[in-house]
Amino acid sequence: MSLFVMQGITKRYGGVHALQGADLVIEAGRIHAVLGENGAGKSTLIKVMSGVVAPDEGSMLLDGKPVSFATPAAANAAGIVCIFQELSLIPDLSVADNIAISNPPRHFGLIDRGAQRRMAEQALERAGATDIHPLALVKDLSLSRRQMVEIAKALARQPRILILDEATSALTAADVTKIYAVLKRLRSDGLALIYISHRMHEISELADECTVFCNGRSVASYAAGTKTDQDVVELMIGREYSHEFPPKSLATPAADAVPRLELRQLSWDGRLDSISLKLHAGEVIGLGGLDGQGQRELLLALFGVLRGTTGELRVDGQLMQIGGPSQAKRADVGMALIPEDRKTEGLMLPMSVGENISFAALSQFSHWGVIDRRAEREAIDRIFKMLAVRSDGVTPPAGSLSGGNQQKLVIGKWLLNAPRIILLNDPTRGIDVGTKQEIYQLLRRLADDGAAILFYSTDYDELIGCCDRVLVMYDGAITRELVGAEITEHALVSSALNIDATVPHRTLAHPS
Amino acid sequence: MTRDDWPYWLREHRGTLLALAAFLLMFTIYATNHPAGLNANVANTAANKGVLLAIVAMAQTLVVLTSGIDLSVGMVMVLCNCLASTIVIGSPWQVALGVVGVLATGTLCGTVNALIVIYGRLQPIVATIATGAAFYGAALALRRVPGGDFDSTIGDALTGKIGGWLPASLVFLLALVLLIWLPFVRSLTGRSVYAVGSAEVAAFMSGVPVRRAKFAAYALSGLLASIAGIFITCITSSGEASAANGNTYTLYSIAAVVLGGVSLFGGSGSAIGAIFGALMFRTIGDLLFVFDLDPLWQPLFQGVVLASAVSLGAWRLVRVRNRLDLYG
Repeated sequence: MSLFVMQGITKRYGGVHALQGADLVIEAGRIHAVLGENGAGKSTLIKVMSGVVAPDEGSMLLDGKPVSFATPAAANAAGIVCIFQELSLIPDLSVADNIAISNPPRHFGLIDRGAQRRMAEQALERAGATDIHPLALVKDLSLSRRQMVEIAKALARQPRILILDEATSALTAADVTKIYAVLKRLRSDGLALIYISHRMHEISELADECTVFCNGRSVASYAAGTKTDQDVVELMIGREYSHEFPPKSLATPAADAVPRLELRQLSWDGRLDSISLKLHAGEVIGLGGLDGQGQRELLLALFGVLRGTTGELRVDGQLMQIGGPSQAKRADVGMALIPEDRKTEGLMLPMSVGENISFAALSQFSHWGVIDRRAEREAIDRIFKMLAVRSDGVTPPAGSLSGGNQQKLVIGKWLLNAPRIILLNDPTRGIDVGTKQEIYQLLRRLADDGAAILFYSTDYDELIGCCDRVLVMYDGAITRELVGAEITEHALVSSALNIDATVPHRTLAHPS
Repeated sequence: MTRDDWPYWLREHRGTLLALAAFLLMFTIYATNHPAGLNANVANTAANKGVLLAIVAMAQTLVVLTSGIDLSVGMVMVLCNCLASTIVIGSPWQVALGVVGVLATGTLCGTVNALIVIYGRLQPIVATIATGAAFYGAALALRRVPGGDFDSTIGDALTGKIGGWLPASLVFLLALVLLIWLPFVRSLTGRSVYAVGSAEVAAFMSGVPVRRAKFAAYALSGLLASIAGIFITCITSSGEASAANGNTYTLYSIAAVVLGGVSLFGGSGSAIGAIFGALMFRTIGDLLFVFDLDPLWQPLFQGVVLASAVSLGAWRLVRVRNRLDLYG
């Protein structure tokens, strides 16, 4: 009998299926890898398993008996423990306090520090992290040490099923080796491990079984080693193409043209690694790769939001220092960033549609600090009509609009500045198909009018349809550039996994 | 504890130890420069004033640890002062019942704050400034003009000297630490308060009882404020619905908490540090007297000390690498 079985799990968010009849069979004493591209349903699957969200349909069996988990605590009690990426540690408490946080050993109602310490030492040893002192404060530890504490904390809960979601992404190479040994020992102790990783070499090193997800469905389960990386990529692709895209520009920038934006060796805080790129007027360049490989940080760095970046930034060949959004939008730079979270970073929801449109460009209409209301109103009306925002005039609050129309406002407020460089951070996430099409057309029109566009999207379909070139990121660096007809789903997925698509045998080399 | 553990212990208690060292330094300056020298009476008066603020600071600490702030703490003290001057008098049974009544009232005030913050989801600063005004109104209804009476046995026992030299108030403060604070920090609820103040989402994801922790912090803060209310009644032997008193103690308690190494961002610090912060803040005020400065300068001087202490607490923001984190 299998330890844990998920059958026909379906989960919808709004009208979108995050999971659609997904199946998964987990055996004790095995390491089970789960693979899939962005939005394939991996993270929803984990959330269902660990009690964070409830499925709409389907059943789960533990030891053959049906179970359901209302909270993460209920899943923990049943022996299912998930290691999140540095989300669940409390910075001001010590390592031992953190390891014992949910149920510390007590004596007459008071926490028994001696017993807690022994528990923490055992858990750290089991995780192979004896170099971490149990009394150290978590906030004083490096990211990789914290991740080790996270693993120890999970082990202290005596799990039967341990879920590791990209748990090695913050670890140093030495730690990764240790963790491999720890995971193999846990496997021989009879634990079931579910391993989610985008690093193919880790999966081939560790996994006994693999399940591939695509479009919220589990499309294949197989014993590890029975499929090549190329087969896996074929399984992961195959999304339905549902959008129509405006035609791309045919003209390529002249080889000797000065790029609108040029970046040389940009690095930041160990999370962005020597990034160089050139962006010409009229071009739409995509940023690809799996989510969380540094794409957001790159856009924020360009916009001057990150402190302590190194490297060179040139606009029209001029060396620039951009110290923040107010400098980035200056006329000689002319940059605009359409942020990821329109509700907190893009709009002031309680303020009117009109105020939101004019806010980033108010200096254009002010004389000696006084706003020329008529000029402002004319500009607002112009943008409002141009974007065809579906709203009852410009006076209702921005919060009353639909997601797609809110996103149009975010783009519209920057258009008043006539930006020359437009950065977009996953602008179509969670908005309706019709508005997406309008945004694609708008982007192309802006590019044709001479803007340079850098476009991060988690939707590969968009990258293929909209972009002249795509830069694929992996671990904070640009690992591949795809141009024109090279931009295919196959190429995007395999380069996102850092597999060389042109060579049949993958290269294991990885700069970790 | 082994030898390797000491650096970590020092790290964890750095704020408290620094507050202790700063207090000892200032108190030495104060004692050696006092015109009358440090005799038992001077020490006892200083101790009584210091302990009163220390208890209010303990109450404030509990709420600040959850990354909230309690602007009603001074008013709870004033309300309990007015109530104690009314009901803590008569036969020993009446006195005992009266004390229980005052403590229950303070705890109830804390509970009201807790319910508004947890279920009303209002910011603590707004919720407690409103409830503080209401508590003051209740105090004024109870005692329109200063007056009343208080059981002198309790009063003398808590504010007098033991053996002719040891201020009883310090023993009382020690008892509060041993009976309330230490069991609290070592309980699961106390641990949860730190966790919630440090990283609320992480605490929730780790299965920490977030609501129970906040509730306990506010309720216990109310209880400690009512103990401060009883203690001020011991000193004055009467009740007064004084808005100035309430506001001053609220402000001073925040100063004491900050000087005591408790982070206004929550999750770090200890009530013991806040106690030393309170004693230090009192000593700073007395230093002006010792050095014969015009008392009119005192509010300005204490305001500058408070503002500087709060600014030091914001030092960590200088190290933020992603500017978006400044607005989180």
